[in-house]
Amino acid sequence: MKHAMLSAVTVLTAGLLGAAGPAVQGGSVTGTVKLTGTAPANPKLDMSDEAACRGKYTTDPVITASGGNLQNVLVYVKSGLPAGQKFTASTTPVVVDQEGCLYHPRTLAVMAGQPLEIRNSDPVLHNIKVVAKRNRGFNISQPTKGMKTTRTFTAQEIAIPVACNVHGWMHANLNVFTHPFFAVTGADGSFTIRGLPAGTYEVEAWHEKLGTQTMTVAVPATGSAAANFTFKAGS
Amino acid sequence: MTKGAHASDGSSGERGRRVPERASVSGGCCYQARFAPANCSARRDPPAREPNDRPSLALALVLVLSLMARPMLAQEGQANARGKALYDKWCAECHGDAGAGDGAAATHMLPRPRDFTRAVFQVRTTASGELATDDDLRRVTDEGMPGTAMPGWSSRLNAADRDAVIAYLKTFSTFWEDAAPEAIALGRAPRASAEGIAEGREVFQTLECFKCHGQLGRGGGQSAPTLKDDWDQPIRPADLTQSWNFNGGSTVEQIYARLRTGLDGTPMPSFSDAIDANVITDEQLWRVAQYVRSLSPEQQPRPQDVIRAAVVVQLPAGPDDSAWATVEPAYVPVVGQIVVRPRWFAPAVDAVWVQALHDGQTLALRLTWHDGSKSPDPAWDEWLGRMRDAMSDGDAPVATEQGPDRLHLQFPARWSDGLERPYFLGGSTRQPVSLWRWSSVGDKLEEGTSTGLGRFTAAGAGNASHSARYDRGEWALQINRALVPADSTAAIPFMPGRAIPIAFFAADGSNGEDEVRGAVSAWYAIYLDVPAPPRVYVAPVVAVLLTAGLGLVVIRRAQQRGFNSVRGKE
Repeated sequence: MKHAMLSAVTVLTAGLLGAAGPAVQGGSVTGTVKLTGTAPANPKLDMSDEAACRGKYTTDPVITASGGNLQNVLVYVKSGLPAGQKFTASTTPVVVDQEGCLYHPRTLAVMAGQPLEIRNSDPVLHNIKVVAKRNRGFNISQPTKGMKTTRTFTAQEIAIPVACNVHGWMHANLNVFTHPFFAVTGADGSFTIRGLPAGTYEVEAWHEKLGTQTMTVAVPATGSAAANFTFKAGS
Repeated sequence: MTKGAHASDGSSGERGRRVPERASVSGGCCYQARFAPANCSARRDPPAREPNDRPSLALALVLVLSLMARPMLAQEGQANARGKALYDKWCAECHGDAGAGDGAAATHMLPRPRDFTRAVFQVRTTASGELATDDDLRRVTDEGMPGTAMPGWSSRLNAADRDAVIAYLKTFSTFWEDAAPEAIALGRAPRASAEGIAEGREVFQTLECFKCHGQLGRGGGQSAPTLKDDWDQPIRPADLTQSWNFNGGSTVEQIYARLRTGLDGTPMPSFSDAIDANVITDEQLWRVAQYVRSLSPEQQPRPQDVIRAAVVVQLPAGPDDSAWATVEPAYVPVVGQIVVRPRWFAPAVDAVWVQALHDGQTLALRLTWHDGSKSPDPAWDEWLGRMRDAMSDGDAPVATEQGPDRLHLQFPARWSDGLERPYFLGGSTRQPVSLWRWSSVGDKLEEGTSTGLGRFTAAGAGNASHSARYDRGEWALQINRALVPADSTAAIPFMPGRAIPIAFFAADGSNGEDEVRGAVSAWYAIYLDVPAPPRVYVAPVVAVLLTAGLGLVVIRRAQQRGFNSVRGKE
């Protein structure tokens, strides 16, 4: 009962805070994720059996880096948030597109309750299979170009495999958070996590192939704290 | 029909029929009391949540409540204990003590036993990603899963016990807490018609079902070698021409339900969203179900002990000769060879169809079987790797390279007037068998004798001739042999009018199978019809000629007599 009341108060407070101003209030964590060393070559793709996608991509972009800046790294606040605090999910969908028989983007991050919109831009059948452990997975088909499907998730879970069984090489990873403090690095390897209350946080960077890096970051009430990560490739 | 097909938008009447799921799980939360006491007792005993500022009263209250609660909890504990006892006795060997699908026998099974900790179920009436209803779980526990190691339990456990087991298996996953899975409304099939089935075939193409199930539904589509389930185990697409093996049933309604809900945990997706997005209509999906149903015979064929070889004037020239179309095939189920090491628990072939004809001189056999791959095929290398990982436990590891596809036929090496037949697995030293070994590599047929699985000695080469072809998931092999073999050192004559014992062995090289790992049959018999002897054809002609001759004589005599009498009167 007490717990329920506390939760209700927290939700109410969070709601009021949310209504009071834009989410950018508070401090932020910003940085760049670098890749050093020689990355192993990405696996070759053979799409010759699939007329609609043949030749569009020749390698599976597991590791995408340019000028040492590593893309598709998930960066998120792993711990340090006030226990039991609830956050409101954005209603803006995160979009994943299937084009050329690959997923774009490859690393997906949503808040629990935030819609994930799955699009098919290929004129072929794709199935989208999500194999989750803490969330309910699913397996749905998108037989035609232009089809869209929306799904939501309920529990925090990192690295949920997303795959197409028709095209066994198609893989993405889905990450679900119960808070909004996460980001995925872009082509320049940079990320920004906004709206954090002042405090000390454990921030983790996760890459599907290169593993994880963690650091402790002190975030001011306003302004930005830096968190630069470096992944080493090869030996 | 679009969104209306979902239960969430369904009529209240339909919902009323579906909702009682929770009630029947004996209290939803409290049967789990032992596992989640905080949640459950709180909900059952509202007074305990009252704020207490008088400790003594609170203590008394707690005491009274605990005394009241004890019999109730004990009762539910007993129900749960019953479920656990039954589960431990009958289920844990495969499904594991903690329901993780990792029992002692699990590594010998493909597909693996269900892992209840993820609460992902194939055969459901709920949307993809949802839990199964109690009725769904009951159906699978009652009837089993065809084509897998899961038997039906309705003949072994009574309904209350089966429900107790179902209640217990829900304790393996927290997804069941407060869950009330609802079946989706499935509507009714449109009237079946030839046009409807033709439309279903077109939609089957549009939806690209053939990518996995193959153009003719036999499996072996281009994506088939890459398929794996949610536990990374290799999994085959259903052979749509053998509806008796369908998980979830073979009626049009059941097939449609699988199309709508998908088979969670497998690569088979749900097509409900495609209807919601107006990509296809509900009726079109029904047509696919009707078309898929039409690919299988009405009934599961029954194995018959005797395969009959009728007499023809001319034998078919090869396995695709249209003359075979009129010969009824005999259905011979084959099962994994699990007697001789290395044993094989995951055979790719589950039936061989046999046709036979003879012309009094030569016996022609036509054997057909479904095999998704023409081995060896590089596209199946990855599959073989996963089979090796999945099935190498215990016995010798599975081969690292694909062998050929194989079909072996065996006969007794000697005629016996008694009832005893040689050991069905390739014979024995005391009673060898005559063996024909066909292999897809080099398309060759070896003849010889065998004294056990894998113990083969070539002999009598050239007695038999053969012709094989592979077409979209099916092998067809015709073997001809003179009834009286040219070389009789290792081969018995085939005598019309006698039942000749015959047994079968099939192996798929891409599946890691070889001459020991494969699928075997028990002994069957082949009976060659007795050709009509020449006298059957000669005697009627002689009789006709004799009768006609005698008749002529009689007429002649009568005419002569009449002529004479006329002349006498003159």
